[in-house]
Amino acid sequence: MALLELKNVYKIYGDLHALDDVSLKIDVGEWVAIMGPSGSGKSTVMNIIGCMDKPTRGEVLLDGVDIANESSRGLTDIRRDKIGLIFQQFHLINYLTALENVMVAQYYHSMPDEKEALEALERVGLADRAKHLPSQLSGGEQQRVCVARALINHPELILADEPTGNLDESNEKIVLDLFRQLHDEGTTLIVVTHDAEVGAAAERVITLEYGKVTSEDGDTSFGKVARRDVV
Amino acid sequence: MKRSTMYFRMITASIARRRSRMLVALLAVTVGATILAGLVMVYYDMPRQMGEQFLAYGANMILVPNGDSEGMTEDEVQEAIGAIGGVESDISYCYESATINDAPIIITGCDLDKTYATSPYWQIEGALPSKPGEILVGLEQAQFFSLHVGDTVSIAYLPPDATAATAGVNLNGAVEGKVFQGFTVSGILDTGGSEENYFFMSDKDMEALIGRSLTYDVTELRINADADELQADVEKIEANVPGVSPQLVKRITESQTTVLSKLSALVLLVTVITLALIMITVATTMTAVVTERRREIGLRKALGASDGSIMFEFMGEGLLIGFIGGLLGSFLGFGFAYLVSTNVFNSTITFLPALIPVTIIVALAVTALACILPVRNATKVDPALVLKGE
Ligand SMILES: Nc1ncnc2c1ncn2[C@@H]1O[C@H](COP(=O)(O)OP(=O)(O)O)[C@@H](O)[C@H]1O
Ligand SMILES: [Mg+2]
Repeated sequence: MALLELKNVYKIYGDLHALDDVSLKIDVGEWVAIMGPSGSGKSTVMNIIGCMDKPTRGEVLLDGVDIANESSRGLTDIRRDKIGLIFQQFHLINYLTALENVMVAQYYHSMPDEKEALEALERVGLADRAKHLPSQLSGGEQQRVCVARALINHPELILADEPTGNLDESNEKIVLDLFRQLHDEGTTLIVVTHDAEVGAAAERVITLEYGKVTSEDGDTSFGKVARRDVV
Repeated sequence: MKRSTMYFRMITASIARRRSRMLVALLAVTVGATILAGLVMVYYDMPRQMGEQFLAYGANMILVPNGDSEGMTEDEVQEAIGAIGGVESDISYCYESATINDAPIIITGCDLDKTYATSPYWQIEGALPSKPGEILVGLEQAQFFSLHVGDTVSIAYLPPDATAATAGVNLNGAVEGKVFQGFTVSGILDTGGSEENYFFMSDKDMEALIGRSLTYDVTELRINADADELQADVEKIEANVPGVSPQLVKRITESQTTVLSKLSALVLLVTVITLALIMITVATTMTAVVTERRREIGLRKALGASDGSIMFEFMGEGLLIGFIGGLLGSFLGFGFAYLVSTNVFNSTITFLPALIPVTIIVALAVTALACILPVRNATKVDPALVLKGE
């Protein structure tokens, strides 16, 4: 069963086709990596799937609902209820503690629950850092707080844009292990990455180049399409 | 945990842990609220303060005999005082002509103990007469006659009925029928005004000298009332006591009213300027804060915050600052008013408890108004910007 389906999606900035006729299907419970060179449209597609941006053209079906036609309020509701987000730049609120940062996601979703938030931190190995401010945490620890925040509301879909881009190897491994656990629990994962190892951990690799899907099977050798969107 | 608990945790953390920026806004609101609360308190208290101040400079109404009558009797004066309320003190003067070594002088009889209440600015070298036979001499006369405290002087009084009929000139050139009386100078009076030309003695000594009970030429009243009330008092006396003609001491009551209305315009102006300054500072700070926190706003939206909750949170921070600033300001304002009151008006001030909620409400209203635009801008932040690595 498809959780997510993109049909002929375009995102056009002026003359630039950031996404150029992208069609893809992702099933419930799948772990997909999106790879491709810088500027190929990976973040653009993540923004659209994450209900933070709308395509210029095309259909984006999430759970059978076309989010391309949703109002921004409707997108906010979908994002809150179904999606967990992890970013390359951590994006924690700098004046809130690790625990409070996790609770912010609960606050917007439903009810803040300190105990549950603490359990999420425990799961990412940071129970003893709960009262620390982001500035008192290492990069790897901050990203693990982000993971705890992303999974706290049990989303159907977790989107991660370069989650390990700023992490050292040991933290990368911790984050990948967490992804594995989430995958085993049935969460759908879409991970944008440059890192071959992170890509290899996924079940399927979708490759983007110049806004087009060039492979859906894990072939990560780029250069299949000539750049023709620059007129 | 309740959502409201988390809400307060977030907005207080934002203010407490990101001090620098918010402190500027808090400082602005506190200083503004202090000035406003202080001004209002001083202003509210001002009529009372001014009343006391102006009264301190003497009487604000005088009674004189009505046209044809020779003088006012004690009864008439008391009747007039009884006809109105609020008389804090009164003093009646009786003037008569007399001579010292044939040089004409004016002697004045009054209840000397009352002079301090109506004429607190009198400066006396020596003391007020306290025993029979003592006299207070105006500075000019003291200089003219070379009188000093402790000197004795002989005052001659010629009764009006003696002058025409029984008066004759004897061999010494003295006028028949003259009454002589020796006085000891107890003090020299320095006022800078016409009082320096008179000799003051007690009612009793005066009666003894002139040989009849006194009728008064002028009564000075110190009344605690504003200009309108004084005017009403004048009408009451005119209607009820025919022998007495009341007159307002215009100089004092009018300047009192003028000063008050000028001050109220000034207070209003300062209030408006202060409110405008708080608003500008808070609006500027909030705008900077919103710009600074675009990423955070984008992140909150990415986590599912609606425009409404973003506004609610930023407004909450603004209002919390307004509340703290208003609360601090109402107390500091009292201190400010107290200082102004003791240093400028030389009196204490009454604390108005109602001013605390009023100041807080005003501070809240002003910060809310100042926050509207920046907070609306906050909702325009695009959540997509958090995924774009800037
Ligand atoms: N808001 C925007 N306006 C104009 N061009 C944009 C915007 N966002 C992205 N782009 C362009 O779209 C292309 C794809 O960007 P992006 O999806 O961020 O690439 P990446 O694969 O590195 O994440 C890039 O050429 C980028 O410059
Ligand atoms: Mg990117």
